[in-house]
Amino acid sequence: MQSSDSLGNLGILVAIAGGALRGSIPYIYVSLGECLTEKSGRINLGMEGILLMGAMTAFAVSDQSGSPWLGLLAAAFVGGLFGLLLAGITELPGVNDVAAGIAMIIFGSGLAFFFGKQFVAPMAPQLPVIDFGQGIANAGVHAALRISPLFVLGIAVAFLMHFAFERTRWGLHLRAVGDAPDAARSMGIAVRRHRVVATTIGAALAGIGGSHLTLYFPGIWSEGISGGQGLMAVALVIFARWSPLRCLAASLLFGGAQALGPSLQSAGISGFYHVFNASPYLLTLVLMVLSCSRTRRLDGIPGSLARRG
Amino acid sequence: MTSEQNFEGVAIPVIAIGTALLLFSLFCAGVGASPGGVLASIYTAGFGSWYAWQNSLLRAAPLMLCGLATALPAQAGVITVGNEGAFVVGGLAAAAAGLATTSGPPLLCLAAMFLAGAVVGGAWIMLAAGLQYYRGVNAVISSLLLNYIGIALLLQLVEGPMRDPDSLNFPATFPLPLSHQLGRIPGTRIHYGLVFGVVACLLGWFLLERTVWGMKLKIAGGNARAAKLVGLPLGRIVLTAGFLGGACAGLAGMVEVAAIHGRASQAISAGYGYVGILVAFLSRQSPLRILVVSLILGAVLASGGSLQRTHDLPDATINVFEGLAFLSILASEALAGRLGFLTALFKPVSTEVADAKL
Repeated sequence: MQSSDSLGNLGILVAIAGGALRGSIPYIYVSLGECLTEKSGRINLGMEGILLMGAMTAFAVSDQSGSPWLGLLAAAFVGGLFGLLLAGITELPGVNDVAAGIAMIIFGSGLAFFFGKQFVAPMAPQLPVIDFGQGIANAGVHAALRISPLFVLGIAVAFLMHFAFERTRWGLHLRAVGDAPDAARSMGIAVRRHRVVATTIGAALAGIGGSHLTLYFPGIWSEGISGGQGLMAVALVIFARWSPLRCLAASLLFGGAQALGPSLQSAGISGFYHVFNASPYLLTLVLMVLSCSRTRRLDGIPGSLARRG
Repeated sequence: MTSEQNFEGVAIPVIAIGTALLLFSLFCAGVGASPGGVLASIYTAGFGSWYAWQNSLLRAAPLMLCGLATALPAQAGVITVGNEGAFVVGGLAAAAAGLATTSGPPLLCLAAMFLAGAVVGGAWIMLAAGLQYYRGVNAVISSLLLNYIGIALLLQLVEGPMRDPDSLNFPATFPLPLSHQLGRIPGTRIHYGLVFGVVACLLGWFLLERTVWGMKLKIAGGNARAAKLVGLPLGRIVLTAGFLGGACAGLAGMVEVAAIHGRASQAISAGYGYVGILVAFLSRQSPLRILVVSLILGAVLASGGSLQRTHDLPDATINVFEGLAFLSILASEALAGRLGFLTALFKPVSTEVADAKL
């Protein structure tokens, strides 16, 4: 007879994996959005503000309209607007994208906290979950297999983006814009338009990532909800060396690991919890130092990011 | 500097701040508050009284130091965003040095903290600057990564080896005895961190504008190839600029530990480093402008709470104002060299203008 006992350790593993999937979702969206932006040769440091704006918008719209899907769409739309604003400002002559990104963090979080203050509703309608574990008796395993549709969508976006970069004319042009803007311009590619479109779509993705924070269990809005994930995902893209599929893998690994902090601590890894969290960044730095030189640059880095400064 | 550039130096900030005030007024009106009243409250809370001035100056002090942290390397041609990391490791090192010397006289203990904070913070940014110069690693990226590494280091040590067992819910190092903390300027609530900030800005200005070394540094930042051709030691210049910038951020961390919290904990990473990057860009990397911008921004930051009390607006209102101001000031950079039509309006038509246009 199949009892919960016979699942034993396997059940715990599945439960842990389920937690990892949930924790990785904001990272997946923000890192994919940032990857798209950086492929065009721009850095969007403002993802933290956009993530918060997405989270607040999704909550507010879902709460007011009763439809979490409308909330999701609104979050993507608002994220895209912020991306458009950022892209518009950084395309102006003499504007530094790093500074503009930090201004966006302050502006986005300010607006999110301002309007979020009024949404005292304890819970907004949440996105439904896809139940992959129907009929499984073990409660823990069953809970772990209740997957947010955003997770499935995120995987699809990662593969789609990979395909777009590698196999489409638009992707080729975008990479050319990011690698060598002058060469791209001389080929007749609309450099500015590619950068604006990439930054806008990238920010819309971050908005969707934000909606996961408020439209999934426990489904509440608070000012500390992002916990710096928007900033960390920017660094995660560097760790993933500007590849959408590696962004997906890195998000699963490190977003998941962070979500699992409590269970890791109970497993005795607590002693190095923070060092573990920073390990992708340390590893990336070491990797960059080893693989760069004055004449060589990091594998996969868009050229106009490598040459700056 | 031509009169046209002089005119722009005044006109562009005026246009930018005017735009920000207009947008913020629209925002206030949109959410049902009186724009004039809110702006007046921000001013009163920032500069309306000696008490308000002290609040503003307290918040300006770390911004000055963190602004220099980006500006000094930027003058040498290296853009870094590692202020927060350097701030945090500087504070951590200062706490460690302070706790190790509490048995000595207070001044010695503070000197040890000062040195530890400055040296460790300096090394932190020097690493990013050096990696860019010697290994071609983009310093924006490496210093961004160093921020997370620095913060993780702080959390790890504060929750592990350096933890005070009595700090139960909020892990922190042992506290420094009150006698060994950084004191206040007599007759005020302002700690000596403000003196560090002002002196650092003035020194920075003097170094850049009045010394040969500063001239070399600016040549290196302006045109690295030319600097090399005339035989400037480019590597040493870049490393020194990185070290001095990082030392300022580390010092800001030391002040945060020695004057405000009295111990190191997660609380010292309050985002001053990130705001410092903006301060540097808004000041166009000039130390004297950093002094002014930090003061204005300190006043704006200090007014957050008062809007809640007087207008029943959330604290975050002030972040909206800041965000709008930053974005319009940054966007206004695009106006440089495009205000010719305004210059013509303000100056009598003369042969001089006609000549300039030829």
